Amino acid sequence: MRLERRTQSSLALLLAAPVIAIVIALALSGGLIALAGVNPLDAYAAMVKGAFGSRLSISETLTRTTPLILTGLAAAVAFRARLWNIGGEGQLYAGALVAAWLGHNMAAGLPTPLAIILIMLAGMLAGALLLLGPVLLRLRLGVDEVVTTLILNFIVLLFVSMMIEGPLKDPLAFGWPQSVPVDSDVMLPKLLSRSRLHIGLIIAILAAFVIWIVQSRTVFGMETKAAGLNTRAASFAGIKLGRTLLGVACISGGMAGLAGAIEVTGLKGYVTLDLSPGYGYSGIVVAMLAALHPVGVVITALFVAIVFVGADAMSRALGVPSFIADVIVSISLLTMLVSLLFTTYRVRR
Amino acid sequence: MNRETVLELAHISKHFGKLIANDDISLTLGKGELLALLGENGAGKTTLMNVLFGHYTADGGQVSAFGEILPPGKPRAAIEAGIGMVHQHFTLAGNLTVLDNVMIGTERLGLLRSGRKQAAAKLRGLSERFGLQVEPDAFVADLSVGEKQRVEILKALYRDARILILDEPTAVLTQIEAEQLFQTLRGMTDTGLSVIFISHKLAEVMAASDRVVILRGGRTVAEKRTSDTNRAELAELMVGRRVVRPVRTDQAPGRNILSASKVDIVEDGRKLLDGIDFTVRAGEILGIIGVSGNGQAALGQLTCGLRGADTGTLVYDGHQANGFSPRMLVTSGTGRIPEDRNTEGAIAEMAIWENAVLERIHEKRFSAYGFVNRARCRDYATELIDRFDIRGAAPDTRTGLLSGGNMQKMILGRNLAASPKLIIANQPTRGLDEGAIAAVHAELLAARKDGAAILLISEDLDEVLALSDTIQAIFKGRLSAPLSAEDADSRTVGLMMAGIWETSHAA
Repeated sequence: MRLERRTQSSLALLLAAPVIAIVIALALSGGLIALAGVNPLDAYAAMVKGAFGSRLSISETLTRTTPLILTGLAAAVAFRARLWNIGGEGQLYAGALVAAWLGHNMAAGLPTPLAIILIMLAGMLAGALLLLGPVLLRLRLGVDEVVTTLILNFIVLLFVSMMIEGPLKDPLAFGWPQSVPVDSDVMLPKLLSRSRLHIGLIIAILAAFVIWIVQSRTVFGMETKAAGLNTRAASFAGIKLGRTLLGVACISGGMAGLAGAIEVTGLKGYVTLDLSPGYGYSGIVVAMLAALHPVGVVITALFVAIVFVGADAMSRALGVPSFIADVIVSISLLTMLVSLLFTTYRVRR
Repeated sequence: MNRETVLELAHISKHFGKLIANDDISLTLGKGELLALLGENGAGKTTLMNVLFGHYTADGGQVSAFGEILPPGKPRAAIEAGIGMVHQHFTLAGNLTVLDNVMIGTERLGLLRSGRKQAAAKLRGLSERFGLQVEPDAFVADLSVGEKQRVEILKALYRDARILILDEPTAVLTQIEAEQLFQTLRGMTDTGLSVIFISHKLAEVMAASDRVVILRGGRTVAEKRTSDTNRAELAELMVGRRVVRPVRTDQAPGRNILSASKVDIVEDGRKLLDGIDFTVRAGEILGIIGVSGNGQAALGQLTCGLRGADTGTLVYDGHQANGFSPRMLVTSGTGRIPEDRNTEGAIAEMAIWENAVLERIHEKRFSAYGFVNRARCRDYATELIDRFDIRGAAPDTRTGLLSGGNMQKMILGRNLAASPKLIIANQPTRGLDEGAIAAVHAELLAARKDGAAILLISEDLDEVLALSDTIQAIFKGRLSAPLSAEDADSRTVGLMMAGIWETSHAA
């Protein structure tokens, strides 16, 4: 048996790839659930019920989807340009911290919509600036950005820890390490009353469509695509590689920063060290499952959110550890990578 | 000469989707024979050899070596039967030594002691016996292309190959290296090895082979003893019709379009270009001839806007600078044909329309306010496809699916459609077959007639002699004084290529 390159991959095949990957991932994870002494079908039924069973659970799932769309976009945009941004988690926290600080101090003076827009932009800027460092290091000195962005995650987390135990510590939080709260005036409006779902979901979906348009319809999108596929041909065509990469970094870091700003102003109201259960890293899975397509990211983010929210419910109902959610998501990444291989190659005997 | 048959391919057929790559092909190879497999790009030569070696499984037919039928689809069986293959694109690990590359895959896993000593001795023995000098402890990444090829051949011999298959072995070699290679191959056949080499170059087939099998469109169209045929006949058999390369007509040159004066390009303290001077005028082709690796790459980068001169100046249509950007060159009417169409000229994964407009996407007709006008880009691609006869292409076809010749036509097209005043053509016909070469030459001559100044950088002596009004040789980064076409013959220019121009032609 060997792999032979396909001349052209059909659209149906590209669409089928993530579906097949997810089905296989669920089947494999089913084995682990069975080991925990529960019928996998019951477990998955409990999961679906937990994610969709009620108005509340649907709103919770969509609330979870929001940051995943944005961190998914951050990874998808960067990876398409061969910029390996693994620092989504740190960029998210950078955006969150800036949002909390601004949101706490900006209540007076500005009209609410303007204040919210400013906070969102500041969050994006924080995420973008955090990624610019590693990109400049790569452009100037050839430093591998996988390493620098990954390490920055830990540095940022420690910095956040320092800030919420120090200058930005909430004096009214009974000594808990949490930041000062965002003023209630600049919290994002709710999308659905009596739920935690906020307009961040709309912002995230809009962002996905804007990025899709940018990638497929603009000169900048075409140039980044070219630079990502073949740097020599791109520079021969007169494309400035450094400039396109910096542009990509701004969008990628900006999306992750926006995720943090939205989590703070839409949901939590303040920053703690458990603000993100690894959204930055899950974003990589979301992006890969979507084959780096920005609109696909919206759908795959929903899938990952279902798994996480559903797994909590399943855990409560059947006693299977909720860690199974991490297992399912991780296995999906692996099966998706294999599926992607089969969209460009076929097996020959 | 009746030779013992060592290899027989019987009725091989292979198709890919709708494309029939091999259609009932049979051939035999005798002991000690040097067989050429001749055909244009896409004639099915490489497919046939891949079937033989077990990389592909044929739809029908069988392969037998030394009287035994080989199981289909098993390269290991082919190796064990004594068949060795040297691919056009080398399969070597650059970060390993020559010896490691040769030994890879021949040792059992889990062996505690490695037989490096014996292996090194065997390798040395082989390289002495066949005159294939390489340093066993050198890293492959540091070797020249010719040396890498020697390693590939040694790799096959190390596995005790009795039949050697070389896929387009001279595509990456200089004239001299190619001659050395054929001498080596001849030495091998004299000791009883058998060799098949794939080629589309008539000169080397005529010079080197005992027998030639001609493939066209997946079929065997003829089989000739080399001594019984001639170049013209082979060309006609290969292409299926008479191909005549176009001829240059006399024409007076116009004003200066591009000139360089005392240009140096330095890299890591080494002068890639050393005080070069040249001038190309409108309606004139300046041919820069030289063996690969003498500074052509740097000259191409300089004139295509990828790097500037470290000292000296360029004058382009009145503008003086030490270098120009690709965008400035393109918008002011320069057509640039890059040395390597696959890595520089086109992006294989992108659509033809995207490659067609990429370097001029900022022009108003293709984009406005940062948005791409896709309809106009596609129309432009359609226009190029029609006008330059790019076969098997639609605007949305993935560019990587085009054959080399058609990809080159796309690159030519996007440069010539704008009626450029300057054309930089760097190895414009490298790797192309006869039909495609004639088409490229015709386009260049037509552009010259329309008044374009053309800088032709080439390793192909025939090409430079046929097209150029003026010839300069490049050797170790230096350019000879210009020689006009009337004074140029292959002997004089051949000497110039070896750096002997001070004596051959007083500047």
